[in-house]
Amino acid sequence: MSLGPYASFIVTSYLLVMVVVLILIAWIAIDYRRQKQRLRELDESGIVRRSGGRAAEIR
Amino acid sequence: MAWTDYRFDADQLSLRRNETKQATLPVATAAIITDAMTLIDLANPTRFLTLTARLLPWLAALTAILLLIGLYQSAVAPDDYQQGATVKIMFIHVPNAWLSMFVWGVMSLAALGTLVWRHPLADVAAKAAAPIGAAFTFLALVTGSLWGRPMWGTYWEWDARLTSVLILFLMYLGLIALWRAVEDPSRAARAAAILTLVGAINLPIIKFSVDWWNTLHQPASVMRLGGPTLDRAFLIPLLVMAVAFSLLFVTLHLAAMRNEILRRRVRALQMMQARQRPA
Repeated sequence: MSLGPYASFIVTSYLLVMVVVLILIAWIAIDYRRQKQRLRELDESGIVRRSGGRAAEIR
Repeated sequence: MAWTDYRFDADQLSLRRNETKQATLPVATAAIITDAMTLIDLANPTRFLTLTARLLPWLAALTAILLLIGLYQSAVAPDDYQQGATVKIMFIHVPNAWLSMFVWGVMSLAALGTLVWRHPLADVAAKAAAPIGAAFTFLALVTGSLWGRPMWGTYWEWDARLTSVLILFLMYLGLIALWRAVEDPSRAARAAAILTLVGAINLPIIKFSVDWWNTLHQPASVMRLGGPTLDRAFLIPLLVMAVAFSLLFVTLHLAAMRNEILRRRVRALQMMQARQRPA
């Protein structure tokens, strides 16, 4: 597969999309872990939801 | 029973009846409670979290498979007789450009949900979609620029299409800043919803800018009344990539909504904790 004289533009475009999508995925995954960690900490401090459920109970 | 008779309880992640409104409800509405409850159940954040946990692995897998197929088809697609291999940029530029507008459309529907129906998940949906929409818009702008340099001889031109998409990107950033600036989510929700609906005026401007003004950007070649003008060799990889990126958005959006629900639960519990502390 030859990309011709503008190969750098094509490769840069695809790499950029890949990097941004990976950053989005990582950001969402890290945020999820952070929220779960905070809920665990609240759970350990004895805070109980009004429903009586544990703070870290996600469902 | 209507949506507005319930309020979002971030602590319990459930919908609770608004007692004040309940007292003023006419008795006749009791007849539709059963039907309404079915809809309410779908909006229940607890049920949403359960549904998301089940759906996300399947959606992620399907997205990855479609992206791989789309990337393969893009790689083996023939060169364009005029553009050569640079036509391959189209397979990532166009889906990102479509999604940049589609995500704002989703946020506009969510804004209506916030303002009109006070739907408990509407603001969560809009807030979670904004950074994803901003990322797609950024990618549409940059890949367009990288495509423009070899084809038009310039990275940027202040023409109607490019400028209106840049404005869309700035509006995404403005909305994200607004949500971050106001600590109380319910206070930020209304202002963000109004701003989103005002910003929706930009969507038809983006879409029809290539018809209304003379621009460097080519007119629509897929979503047009006379049917697509693209050859099947380009159209099929483009559509596969468009579906793959749309699924990517749905997957990321559901995951980001889940995070936002949990963030609101953390906030509610932290406030409860602060109230319980002795003065």
